[in-house]
Amino acid sequence: MACVLILAAAAAAVGVVLVLRLWIVFRCQDVTPRESLSLLVVAGSGGHTTEILRLLGSLSSAYSPRHYVIADTDKMSANKINSFELDRAERDPSTTHNKYYIHRIPRSREVQQSWLSTVLTTLHSMWLSFPLIHQVKPDLVLCNGPGTCVPICVSALLLGILGIKKVIIVYVESICRVETLSLSGKILIHLSDYFIVQWPTLKEKYPKSVYLGRIV
Amino acid sequence: MKCVFVTVGTSFNELNERMSAQESLCIFKSLGYSRPTLQIGRGTVVPEPFSTEFFTLDVYRYKDSLQEDLQRPDLVISHAGAGSCLETLEKGKALVVVINEKLMNNHQLELAKQLHKEGHFFYCTCSMLPGLLQSMELSTLKCYPPGQPEKFSAFLDKVVGLQK
Repeated sequence: MACVLILAAAAAAVGVVLVLRLWIVFRCQDVTPRESLSLLVVAGSGGHTTEILRLLGSLSSAYSPRHYVIADTDKMSANKINSFELDRAERDPSTTHNKYYIHRIPRSREVQQSWLSTVLTTLHSMWLSFPLIHQVKPDLVLCNGPGTCVPICVSALLLGILGIKKVIIVYVESICRVETLSLSGKILIHLSDYFIVQWPTLKEKYPKSVYLGRIV
Repeated sequence: MKCVFVTVGTSFNELNERMSAQESLCIFKSLGYSRPTLQIGRGTVVPEPFSTEFFTLDVYRYKDSLQEDLQRPDLVISHAGAGSCLETLEKGKALVVVINEKLMNNHQLELAKQLHKEGHFFYCTCSMLPGLLQSMELSTLKCYPPGQPEKFSAFLDKVVGLQK
C-alpha cells in the first residue's frame, strides 16, 4: 500500500514539474541578443517547400548553419534545396555562412491516410524526430506544414520542457489558407511561439496569430 | 502571332476535351491565338497535336518546370492549383482559372476565390469557358503585386534578438 502511495506521489510530482516546465517554456519570450543562430527548417514537399524557400531567401547569413528536414518519400525537395543553397552560395561567396545539412524522416501522414494509422505513423516519426532535434539543438525551428512538421515541433518543445534548450518555434501558414487553417496549423497554433498568417481573415479569426501582409 | 498556354495540372479531362474541341480552336483563331499549347497531365483524353501554315497545336503531358511555358504566352488558362495560379500572376500574364466542379471542396479553391475577388484573373467552369473567352476584357484585370518576404525577415530578426 505504502509502495503504491509513494509511486503515486512520485508520478504526481513529476507531473507537476512537467506542467510547471511547460508553463515556463511558454511564458519565456525574453529575447537574448545574438549575432547568429542555427536554424532547422521543415520542408514539407511540393508547394510548401517552394514557399518556405522563398522565405529563407530573405533571411540574412546570420541564420547559419541551416538544417533542412524532409520526408523520406519526398523526391523533389532535396533538389530544390540544393539548387537554392547553390544559388545562395554564388551570390554570397564568403563561404563561412553556407553550411547546410539535409535530414530525412518518415512522413507522418500521406494524403488520404486513415486516422488510426496516422496516429501510429506520427508516433513513429516522433520516435525518430526527437533524437534528430536533440542532436541538432537548433535555436529556431521554422515550418509551414504539412504533417511532417508536427513531430518536429513537439520534439523541439520537449527539449524546452526537459530544460535542455529553449527552441523558438515559428510556423508560417501557407498563402493558400485564406479562411481556414490547415490541420498542422490547427495543432501548431498552440505549440508555436510565433504563428504567422498571410490573410487578414485568418488574423481576425485567430487573434493570437501574426499578420505581416503577403510575405511569399 | 499570339500564344495561349493551357495547364490542367495532374488530370482534368473535361478541360482537355473542351480545349481541343473544334469550337475552342475556332475561338482561339478568331481571337488571334494561333499557337495554343496544352499541358494535359495524365488525362485519358489526349488531343492530337497538329500544325498548319497559320495554326499550331502543341500537346504534352508533363515537364519538370512550367517556367518556360509561362514565359511566352499572352494568355494562360489554368486549373485552380495555387502553384500555377501564383506563378502565372507573378509573370504578369493574363489568366483564366477553370474550376474543376468535381473538386469543389478542395482547400486550394480558397486561394483562387480570394485572388479572383481581388480582380487578378477571370474564373469559370469548363462549360462557361468558350463564352468567357469571347467576352472577357483582359485590360480590366488588376496586376498582382509581389509578396514582401523582407517583412518576414525583419520580424524574425527582431523576435530572435539578432544584432545588426
